[in-house]
Amino acid sequence: MSANPAGTNLATTNPAAESTHSPNWVSTRNPCKLCSPLGAALVMRGIEGALPFLHGSQGCATYMRRYIISHFREPMDIAASGFSEASTIFGGGPNLRQGLTNVTEQYKPSLIGIATTCLTETIGEDLGMMLKEYLATEEGKSAPELVHVSTPSYSGTHMDGFHAAVRAVVEQLAEPGAAATVYRSGFVNVFPGMVSAADLRYLKEVLRDFDLRLTLFPDYSETLDAPVLDRYSKIPAGGTPIQSLRATPSAVASVEFGRTMLRKQTAASHLESAFGVPAHRMGMPVGIRESDAFFQSLEKISGRPTPMLHAAERGRLVDAYVDGHKYVFGKRAIVFGDEDLVIGLASFLAEIGISPVLCASGGKSGCFAEAIAEVTAGCPDEVIARDGLDFMSMGELARGLAPDFMIGSSKGAPLARELGVPLIRVGFPVHDRFGGQRVLHLGYRGAQYLFDLVVNTLLERKQNSSPIGYSYL
Amino acid sequence: MSEILRERQGQVHRKGEAPFQLDCEKPSAAGSVSQRACVFCGSRVVLYPIADALHIVHGPIGCASYTWDIRGALSSGPQIHRLSFSTDMQEIDVVHGGEKKLKAALCELIDAHHPKAAFVYATCIVGVIGDDVDAVCRQVSAEKGIPVLAVHSEGFKGTKKDGYRAACDALYKLVGTGDTSKVSPVSINILGDFNLAGEIWMIKDYYRRMGIEVVSCVTGDGRVDEIRRAHGAALNVVQCSGSMTHLAERLEERYGTPSLRVSYFGIEDMSEALYDVARFFKSDEIMRRAQVLVREELARILPQLARYRKALVGKRAAIYVGGAFKAFSLVRALRHLGMKTVMVGSQTGNKKDYELLRELCDEGTIIVDDSNPLELASFLSEKHVDLFIGGVKERPIAYKLGIGFCDHNHERKEALAGFEGMLNFAREVYGTVASPVWKLTGTERARALEAGA
Repeated sequence: MSANPAGTNLATTNPAAESTHSPNWVSTRNPCKLCSPLGAALVMRGIEGALPFLHGSQGCATYMRRYIISHFREPMDIAASGFSEASTIFGGGPNLRQGLTNVTEQYKPSLIGIATTCLTETIGEDLGMMLKEYLATEEGKSAPELVHVSTPSYSGTHMDGFHAAVRAVVEQLAEPGAAATVYRSGFVNVFPGMVSAADLRYLKEVLRDFDLRLTLFPDYSETLDAPVLDRYSKIPAGGTPIQSLRATPSAVASVEFGRTMLRKQTAASHLESAFGVPAHRMGMPVGIRESDAFFQSLEKISGRPTPMLHAAERGRLVDAYVDGHKYVFGKRAIVFGDEDLVIGLASFLAEIGISPVLCASGGKSGCFAEAIAEVTAGCPDEVIARDGLDFMSMGELARGLAPDFMIGSSKGAPLARELGVPLIRVGFPVHDRFGGQRVLHLGYRGAQYLFDLVVNTLLERKQNSSPIGYSYL
Repeated sequence: MSEILRERQGQVHRKGEAPFQLDCEKPSAAGSVSQRACVFCGSRVVLYPIADALHIVHGPIGCASYTWDIRGALSSGPQIHRLSFSTDMQEIDVVHGGEKKLKAALCELIDAHHPKAAFVYATCIVGVIGDDVDAVCRQVSAEKGIPVLAVHSEGFKGTKKDGYRAACDALYKLVGTGDTSKVSPVSINILGDFNLAGEIWMIKDYYRRMGIEVVSCVTGDGRVDEIRRAHGAALNVVQCSGSMTHLAERLEERYGTPSLRVSYFGIEDMSEALYDVARFFKSDEIMRRAQVLVREELARILPQLARYRKALVGKRAAIYVGGAFKAFSLVRALRHLGMKTVMVGSQTGNKKDYELLRELCDEGTIIVDDSNPLELASFLSEKHVDLFIGGVKERPIAYKLGIGFCDHNHERKEALAGFEGMLNFAREVYGTVASPVWKLTGTERARALEAGA
């Protein structure tokens, strides 16, 4: 089954679902997406010693900082070239140069990661050229490494900005033959997509247990989930070392998550086509089946079986699925958020007997419906997959679906309240609960956490709605 | 100090160190991680609480996403303001212009939500591609029979203050279109309170107890029809002067309505606000009622405040807020709790504001305009601060250093205005400073404090 070529709101695993098609609204009402520079800024925060920089108005940086802070509860500095009316008319070159010089002086970063905005894209600023010119000036001589990515906010979502930044950084920093200085033995590039700080730490642990060295990119597991400090650090410790990013072409393999990325030009595909680094591309490892694919890849790359610790976690997870299957079977869920996370969650829910009756995303990769159909194949209920959707349209669809719960970011809270169902908070942003950066989604361990959460949410609902309030369920 | 960029040296002052001279009202230095937002942000925060109006952001999706239901501005009735609407401009709209899309979006949303008015926020690229937003607003207004107001809030066209101006200009167009025949001569508009956590309900109740009619609230718990009648009030009482002075001035010019500048934060300022308004009406009865009210409220809260004061006396506070007027109140309120303000700054203060702040503060206090995280962090460390008061962007700076923090910005869910608000404020400050977690953080700071620094 393939997505509708026109691409609008039509993706479904069952033609009968067309009848529930919401009227086509011109406006976006309660968006289920953010703009692309936000994703790029997050990626830049995941490079060691780097400072994200937006070429555009001051407000963009401030809004994104505020938004990211609300989830991670960590400092998130993003510099901006701070456009004025004059820079909009005559070009932002002087502001960009002054901004880079100031940031260099004040933060002493080892890298500045510059993303464009709708404003600078619309007036046609050629960032690459401007940076080249800057590096040739006297001030530019003391500039740190500069990488740049084009992220027009009128095209795609924060996820597109995220992936574009990952690819741009890898392309711009890759140096064939740079590996020997980083690791003595072979290593793997891992491009996980937009996952939590806990997910990133977990991935490092898994690779280490396989005795694999890795370049994990981006890695904001420390920069956006750091310990309390005695002295404020201008740029938080952690992040992918720049040297490792130079060495990506020398890796023995790349692992990249995201079913929507499979046919796209990505960091992993670039390293494969330009440098022959084998790309292992797979869905985000959420739930057993998608995690199995990930662990199988690691077995292949490392030539070793899955380490005991992780095999045991898988065993306990299956055991938990068995113990809890009656509580979850036949329940109906609305899953929403970033496409690849939704696909992963739908796969997880389907494998435990919950029907993800509505899978929705504000993103629009073009691969969403097909991927949802694949991971929910065999699901007894009709599964509706919609991309490019906002929360009001989601609500209009949801009312007829009798969901038992919703799973996704905090942005679904108003709809969950309206529907009178619990919301299980995962993904980004989680800013009406505590600890969003520590939610573990990936691997067997993440699935265990999610499964406990889902079962307990359903039990709590049953308990609360029972007239006698069981104390033993 | 190395944390301060050369071009920002003039925007930081230490009281007593040099003759007072503070640069302000400047655009942020490029590359400085300013805590300021943009023109759009200024307009959006001012107009957001008007609950029966449709607010639609014309531009790519970000500006609408980042401002969706993020504030504590409550409504006693309609909730349209808490929804996020955008034209979500795509590349094709950038190429061919977004007027048609804007018109269609406005029409469908007005049909669906029946608002009393609509505000259309023009964001950065709308100004660049040259959409005639005013023309679309006129057309839709004629078709749908409600005011449809363009807010020219292109982000790059200045600072947040220019956004306040654009919002005031839009509001000004609404005022004067309603019937004022039943408005009492003893009446006011409340300007510059945004009803965070229900604050305006407390303030309105105070005025009601004094026998004063509140014609409109601009914009806390705001209603379009009330604002349309705002020209009928005898006085504009302006809080948050940064955002609302422009509107007050325009109303005075057009309708001759005088205005008073007040603050509802802290006991002194709150009481003074009520007395000022009473004095304006030259009525002994109103003044008597104000005095009774203040006495009653104080009798209720002072004993409780005294208990908090005992625990807080001598503690050191830093303040960094949007507008300077709030900073004055906070310095006074903290003083009431026995605390010392060792650093104070704002995003948008002017010369007069900073002069006042200097007079209010003790020797050695750092006064700063348009600061940034690195500066703020270094000030907090230098001054061995116990409590930092600011907004969501300042919070992680304090927390990362293991320092207490209170949110005094638009996202808060605690009422901090009025007498009750002062009590809430004291409780929150106490709950922050007295928490045992600080014993586990900032070992270096703890040592410095022990050494009596």
